[in-house]
Amino acid sequence: MSMDSEAIHRAMDRIAHEIAERAQENGGDLAIVGIRRGGVHLARRLQAQLASLLGKEPPLGTLDIALYRDDLSRSGAAPVVGPTEIRFPVEGKDILLVDDVLYTGRTIRAALDEIVDFGRPRRVWLAVLVDRGGRELPIAADFAGATVRVPAGEDVEVRLVEGGAPTDAVVIQPRGHA
Amino acid sequence: MIGTHRHLTGLEELSREEILQVLDLATSMKEVLSRPLKKVPSLRGKLVVNLFFEASTRTRSSFEIASKVLSADAVNWTASSSSVTKGETLVDTARNLEAMRPDVLVIRHPCGGAPRLVADHVGCAVVSAGDGAHEHPSQGLLDCFTLREKLGTLEGKTIAVVGDISHSRVARSDLHSMPKLGAKMRLCGPPTMMPIGIERIGGCTVHHDLREAVEGADAVVMLRIQHERIGDPLIPGTREYSRLWGLNARKAAEWLKPECVILHPGPINRGVELSPEVADGPRSLILDQVQNGVAVRMAILYLLAGGSPEVHPAGGARS
Amino acid sequence: MSEASEVVFIEGGRVIDPASGLDAARTVVLRGGRVAEVAERVERPRDARAIDARGRWVTPGFIDAHVHLREPGQEYKETVETGARAAVAGGFTSVLAMPNTVPPNDSVAVTQLVLDRAARAGLARVYPVGCISKGQKGEELAEMGELFQAGCVAFSDDGKPVSSSGLMRRALEYARTFGAPLAVHEEDLQLVGKGVMNEGPAATRLGLKGNPAQAEEVMVSRDVALAELTGGRLHVCHLSTAGAVRAVRDAKARGLRVTAEVAPHHLALTDDDVARSGYDTDFKMAPPLRSEADRAAVQAALADGTIDCIATDHAPHTAVEKALEFDQALNGIIGLETAFPVCLALVRAGKLTERRLIEALTAAPARIFGLPGGTLAAGAPADVAILDPGAEWRCDPERLHSKSRNTPWKGTSMIGRCTHALVGGNLVYELARGER
Repeated sequence: MSMDSEAIHRAMDRIAHEIAERAQENGGDLAIVGIRRGGVHLARRLQAQLASLLGKEPPLGTLDIALYRDDLSRSGAAPVVGPTEIRFPVEGKDILLVDDVLYTGRTIRAALDEIVDFGRPRRVWLAVLVDRGGRELPIAADFAGATVRVPAGEDVEVRLVEGGAPTDAVVIQPRGHA
Repeated sequence: MIGTHRHLTGLEELSREEILQVLDLATSMKEVLSRPLKKVPSLRGKLVVNLFFEASTRTRSSFEIASKVLSADAVNWTASSSSVTKGETLVDTARNLEAMRPDVLVIRHPCGGAPRLVADHVGCAVVSAGDGAHEHPSQGLLDCFTLREKLGTLEGKTIAVVGDISHSRVARSDLHSMPKLGAKMRLCGPPTMMPIGIERIGGCTVHHDLREAVEGADAVVMLRIQHERIGDPLIPGTREYSRLWGLNARKAAEWLKPECVILHPGPINRGVELSPEVADGPRSLILDQVQNGVAVRMAILYLLAGGSPEVHPAGGARS
Repeated sequence: MSEASEVVFIEGGRVIDPASGLDAARTVVLRGGRVAEVAERVERPRDARAIDARGRWVTPGFIDAHVHLREPGQEYKETVETGARAAVAGGFTSVLAMPNTVPPNDSVAVTQLVLDRAARAGLARVYPVGCISKGQKGEELAEMGELFQAGCVAFSDDGKPVSSSGLMRRALEYARTFGAPLAVHEEDLQLVGKGVMNEGPAATRLGLKGNPAQAEEVMVSRDVALAELTGGRLHVCHLSTAGAVRAVRDAKARGLRVTAEVAPHHLALTDDDVARSGYDTDFKMAPPLRSEADRAAVQAALADGTIDCIATDHAPHTAVEKALEFDQALNGIIGLETAFPVCLALVRAGKLTERRLIEALTAAPARIFGLPGGTLAAGAPADVAILDPGAEWRCDPERLHSKSRNTPWKGTSMIGRCTHALVGGNLVYELARGER
């Protein structure tokens, strides 16, 4: 399986509509949080799409979960910590967490821990471009662009360019492939 | 690991890239300090022992807060500087503490080289919180961080360090770091406080006239004059020192560039090296330094308690 | 020292005996504890013992004018016996034992104890040095006359300077009675302050308090002036600075009775080595390792004779006394077993001739302290060192003979080694075959 620019665009469009629908049903106060680094681009695109669908631009934040990882002592390595920027109050919001690929669920676990340290959201939804299966925690996406079973030895690579471009692609390839 | 280093005993051994690694991480850590809930779980279950052989509420608290924000447990161990005749040696003390299985040992000691000695005898990471007149690496890094934050960059900037250079570990750490980030250094103080060969560190210039040193500088680091140096006899007294090498509002207005900022490692001797108007004035970054100190120490603890750096995993390889 | 009646032939070696101006392939014959003859070709009787010295140097046994044997009082660091064993392993058949023991050697009882221990060990000859001042306190003169009669060959408060100019003047005067030199540790303690290494860029970088070279120069200059005033004999211990070299050179030019020694570490190392070692306290001693300019000056002064002799300042300390903060660790390093290879490196570097090196280790100290050895002339004590100038070995402190391990050369490779030492014709040391 792979997705070209066209397929990604269609998937994003569909998710955006589903999110907008759900947001309107709930009548809540929507805010988007992209998980660094793969989710940030997607979040930005969703923000633009949702702005036109909802007639109001939801605020956008980014989250780096490095400080919430559960494998620091196991990996023996200190992961690079990128900036977390959440400049709106999380309290009472409907938070849309955005990431590119959903796999074991550990990133989302960390992101949930981190987001609740900023405040108590009314609810949290998860949107991903690709759900590749292989969950290690009871976590599920509310919105997924594509769902596909990818063997553990393979990587899902998401290439997105700012603003969307014909070179956008999702490629599945054996691990370690450059 | 900071670059290839398991311990942080000085900035002399750090490269430009390794210094930038800490400063960049400290930027992320500073954001954590601005959150409503100032705590992240990354060092949960890690133990940081602060072993202080010199009184230092400021640095010790800063390391302690940094530990706690990262969810590490912090234990403070205050000891008097022992010698072989008084019983337990430094190595004994360090080995005893190591038996409690700390992940990081933060050590402040009046003798240069003491953290290095400890590092040679323990398995955990060792961070110097200042050793004698050798180095105070976390202070040097927070000075760099504060200046980079305010000036944008240290590249091409001129930084004057004024005071008792001979006894100053802060001056040495600044000299071992700021030039690596592109700054030009000027040192200033009475000749009795200027150690031989200091100009060989970081290519600094040496001045004895305050005006000459601070004119045109982008930043001035004022060092604390310790009262025990008076009658040492490095200087005749604080009154004369303050007149010749202290910075007051008049000198600052006449000699400093309008955008020149002032740093001080603290605690200040008000009215000696800095007059109160200058210490509390708009140029002063003294309180920024204190806040940034926590962020920089968080970065240091995070890197040394965690292990070696790795490439940030690509999106898909992550979960 | 039991004198051997055995006859020993040392054959095939290159005999270097600066005292008799000899440097040639010769056989050395020892008989009755003395050198019988040094000849090109001698018939060896069947019952004589032969030592094959082919490819080796055969020299008078070395004399170390400056050794701390730590007995009595600090036997946990070294004893007369272990120190003497280290000495002969390094080619030293005579050593001068410094008096800063516990109690200090300011009494006949201590002098006698050192001599007794040395006789019992039967290794190197040990010549006690007595205190200049009682208890080395720098206040009253020690009983130099009694000490001299008991066997002390010189006087010293080594470990510390004689700070009082008045006392130093009287000591120089009084010692003239016996013709014994005062071996002085030259540091102006006011200038040293809390300094723990040479003052200079290396100390600045390490943030350690500096001890300026001038702290030595000031005292040497003072004592040269006092030697002139009194006509006394001044021997400058472990001279380490260019300024002190100038003062000694000037004193000698003026015909004063001034001699000087230099330690191998001051010839070989500088304060930059302290920095490179990363606060290794095996690089801490007093006087401290100096600058490159000082090192060059003492090398040149040794070569031209301004500095008369090489003395190790062998100063054993335990690991516990050294594994401390640099500021707090004790001063001193062991040196007996590394002196020859360390100094031989100067010969390879073209800083010193072979002859001058051997002279500085043999004839020169014998002359200064009026000792019987230092030569292979017929009739001299049968004290001989046999040296392999090409032997390569690694300095492993665990395998040295001293009781202590505090050497800056730990783990380094060395060229040149003593293979045999004879004292009074007795073979007191032989390097085990295959030992590296």
